[in-house]
Amino acid sequence: MKRPVKDLEQSSRRISRRALLLGSAQLGVVGVLGWRMQSMQVEQADQFRLLAEENRINIRLLPPARGLVFDRNGIPLAENEQNYRVVMVREDAGDVDEVLARLQTIVAIDPEDIERAREDMRKLSSFVPVTIADRLRWEDVAKINVNAPALPGVSAEVGLSRRYPYGADVGHVVGYVGPVSDYDLAKIDDKDPLLQIPKFQIGKTGVESKLEHTLRGSAGTKRIEVNALGRVMRELDRQEGVAGKDIQLGLDERLQSYAQARMDGESSGAVVIDLETGDLRAIASAPSFDPNLFVRGISVKDWTDLNENKYRPLAAKAVQGSYPPGSTFKMVTGLAALEAGVISPEDTVYCPGYTNVAGTRFHCWKRAGHGNINFHDSLKHSCDCYYYEVSQRVGIDKIAEMARLLGIGVRHDLPLSAISSGLAPDKQWKSEVRGEDWRIGDTVNASIGQGYVLASPLQLAIMTARIATGKMITPRLIKSIDGVEQASGLGESLGINENMLRRCRQSMNAVVNDKRGTGARAKILTAGFEMAGKTGTSQVRRITAEERARGVINNADLPWERRDHALFVCFAPVDNPKYAVAVVVEHGGGGSTAASPIARDIMLQALYDGPPPLEAYPSAERGRMEEQQKRIAARIAQIKPAQDRV
Amino acid sequence: MSYLAHNTQFVPTGFRKILYLNWPVIILLCAVASAGFIMLYSVAGGSSTPWMAPQVKRFALGLVLMVGVGMVPIWFRRNMAGLAFAISVVLLVAVELFGAIGMGAQRWIDLGFMRLQPSELTKITLVLFLAAYYDWLPTTKTSHPLWVVLPVIFILVPTALVLKQPDLGTALLLLFGGASVMFLAGVHWAYFATVIGAGVGGIYAVFVSRGTPWQLLKDYQFRRIDTFLDPSNDPLGAGYHITQAKIALGSGGWTGRGFMQGTQSRLNFLPEKHTDFIFTTLAEEFGFVGAFSLLVLYVLIIVFCVASAINNKDRFSALLTMGIAMTFFLFFAVNMAMVTGLAPVVGVPLPLVSYGGSAMLVLLVAFGLVQSAHVHKPR
Repeated sequence: MKRPVKDLEQSSRRISRRALLLGSAQLGVVGVLGWRMQSMQVEQADQFRLLAEENRINIRLLPPARGLVFDRNGIPLAENEQNYRVVMVREDAGDVDEVLARLQTIVAIDPEDIERAREDMRKLSSFVPVTIADRLRWEDVAKINVNAPALPGVSAEVGLSRRYPYGADVGHVVGYVGPVSDYDLAKIDDKDPLLQIPKFQIGKTGVESKLEHTLRGSAGTKRIEVNALGRVMRELDRQEGVAGKDIQLGLDERLQSYAQARMDGESSGAVVIDLETGDLRAIASAPSFDPNLFVRGISVKDWTDLNENKYRPLAAKAVQGSYPPGSTFKMVTGLAALEAGVISPEDTVYCPGYTNVAGTRFHCWKRAGHGNINFHDSLKHSCDCYYYEVSQRVGIDKIAEMARLLGIGVRHDLPLSAISSGLAPDKQWKSEVRGEDWRIGDTVNASIGQGYVLASPLQLAIMTARIATGKMITPRLIKSIDGVEQASGLGESLGINENMLRRCRQSMNAVVNDKRGTGARAKILTAGFEMAGKTGTSQVRRITAEERARGVINNADLPWERRDHALFVCFAPVDNPKYAVAVVVEHGGGGSTAASPIARDIMLQALYDGPPPLEAYPSAERGRMEEQQKRIAARIAQIKPAQDRV
Repeated sequence: MSYLAHNTQFVPTGFRKILYLNWPVIILLCAVASAGFIMLYSVAGGSSTPWMAPQVKRFALGLVLMVGVGMVPIWFRRNMAGLAFAISVVLLVAVELFGAIGMGAQRWIDLGFMRLQPSELTKITLVLFLAAYYDWLPTTKTSHPLWVVLPVIFILVPTALVLKQPDLGTALLLLFGGASVMFLAGVHWAYFATVIGAGVGGIYAVFVSRGTPWQLLKDYQFRRIDTFLDPSNDPLGAGYHITQAKIALGSGGWTGRGFMQGTQSRLNFLPEKHTDFIFTTLAEEFGFVGAFSLLVLYVLIIVFCVASAINNKDRFSALLTMGIAMTFFLFFAVNMAMVTGLAPVVGVPLPLVSYGGSAMLVLLVAFGLVQSAHVHKPR
């Protein structure tokens, strides 16, 4: 087709014009694009860089190694053991079923675990390691490693888990750890990111719980690069955490284990205090429980067994139990009276076997009565009427004051889960708590450690320690933290007339070492190791006038839970006291029969720092003692292999 | 004698035509393609497979095709334009039918050595056909309603077919590419003003209709629009791609994170990192400097094409060159607008850089037409 030239030129001009117009429009668009790039890449680059880093970098916490707990001689009570687990990465395994089948032929794995692992592998991404079995023995790990070529994707990993080598012997004191729960998180105001780690172990009871912050340490961090699917590409850097601090207890593991073994079969508590430092050498409560059960997650059966046992294994009776102290309280009443000057040590009180107070008859344990009796003999024979009399003279407030001075009715702050404050009742207490007036009968009951008075074995041991030394001894559980020695428990003088204290100690000496003393059966023969003490038997039921008329029922004929508590407090050696011991046997019958032999054996073990020679015992008892020592050694040996058990 | 003067005075023949090719455009195309090779190497994690090597081969093939097409006299194209357009529309209908018969959402025809997408082909043949149409039509009739409606139908038929595939990106390119040829041919501006006004009104109506009984779009379509307008609304769903793309782009900063150091692409946070979103990888690794340089290269290609068109007194050649330049411009502008979050994600690749065979070959053949027009312009 041929067109006139003019038409062509006109058209060409128009195209050029419109082309330039369109070109400028394009330039405008390009300008917008350039401006957009500039604003994103130059002006907002920092924000986007940050977002990109957030995309790719994950911060993982590295749990620190938990601090260890040692006894005073460096024996580990709580340690971290290597815990081997076998994990599998699905994408590396190829044929999962085949590899699992092979794995089962090499090590025994619970089919339930296998099923759970399969489930996890189905749910999680193919590169996530899934734990197949936990707490493997080293031999199994070795087997897996040897067979590695046949087990693609399977590997053994090592972690740390808590172990208590002495198990039940220290269960009440050291406590246990367990995975942090929602309940824990709600209860504590702690921003530590470690707590957000699933199944992170924190202290649940005992020292593990109370010194959680000391033992825990602080988290390390690991920065890792991940891709869009969350697969870890590489580790960028890591900052190790600070391991928890080690703690040394004043406890003597051997003595503790001995005490636990000695009280085996009873429901009882015993406390040994070192009189030079206030260290608690033993805090034994029987029966006990194995804290390792809780670390692994306690089974329903074990839990039911612990809870339904009438001896209450979970209760730390040595510090948590509250018992009427019975006759062991007589030192308190006596010292209060002597200190107040309402009676002199030589003054006598006539004991006809009972006392009438405000129309009620209060009986002495000896129906025939003790006749005229002074302070020394009243303690030696544990005459009740003497104390009925002097308590009325001195008044309950002075007695309560003395009790608190000696550590009863005062909460001793130890890093343990439950500490009983006991009770030193006075007039104010009764009107405030009970809303009733104090009656003279209450004073009479309290004078022999009955009625409202309550004390824990720990408090009784402290009372004995303070009487033995005349000093304000406070108990110390933590000897050192991270090698730093903690403040000693040895305090100032009590401010009680030293002469009166000496007379009190002499009477306690007579209780054990005088042939007619109530604690004579706990006598220690070794020269220089002689022991002084006081028995106590506290009623848990009211003996009616009727019953008394018919004749009081013998303890052995009563059901266990209605029998009397047996108590014994003691210190030794008499001349230079080193240890104070208090033992309470729940519903054990008489203090002299049930509690004093236990206290003596524990005391001897402490004095000799090991099994005492048989010569320390009266010759008549030696045969029986030899047998008992063998039995206890065997029982301790039975516990000890826990160290090698996994 | 200057190059320009020489160019206008001598009519080349035979192999001497090679000297008269629009060499600046060829060099610029090679530069852009090379940027693509580098990025394909990078997103493959430092490997020429699976993307770079095939791309290089196809580019080499494309260059040969371009020069070959450039050698053939431009009037041959003019005569073949109608046939080419007819064939591509038939092919579009064919894939539509095959798709309906049971080949899934297939948009391509397997030629053995490559897969040809008729929609790619149509982008060029439409421009070619419209240029021929306006070359044939006397200029006095350009704005006559009848002669306006006819090319509108030519544009809308393939656009509708492509939209049905559905390929919104290509449909938009066809629409705007065709419209720009009409505009260049001199169709009265009042038509464009009317269409633009109607379009704006239509969009307004769509938004107003939301939530009313006569709602014009489906709910999910509205949600897509919401996501486009504010990707942070749905950071892990539909907005994820665009959010990650913007992070990659923005985190490049002035000079980028370094070759193969882009964390967004290397760690797979970026979607489609070797195709539609390859620009974000480039922007992440080479920063504003790299991204802007690529933009400048594209603009220079357009500038040389526009210069060539303005200097060409042949109506068909000028319209064809400008039409192809406009289509090329729409390609990269829409892609860049898409990945910078200025436009919705419609699935337009970055020309010559994104991995993809038929798009690159078709584009290079189109530039062969540009070369042909340049070589054979009236002197």
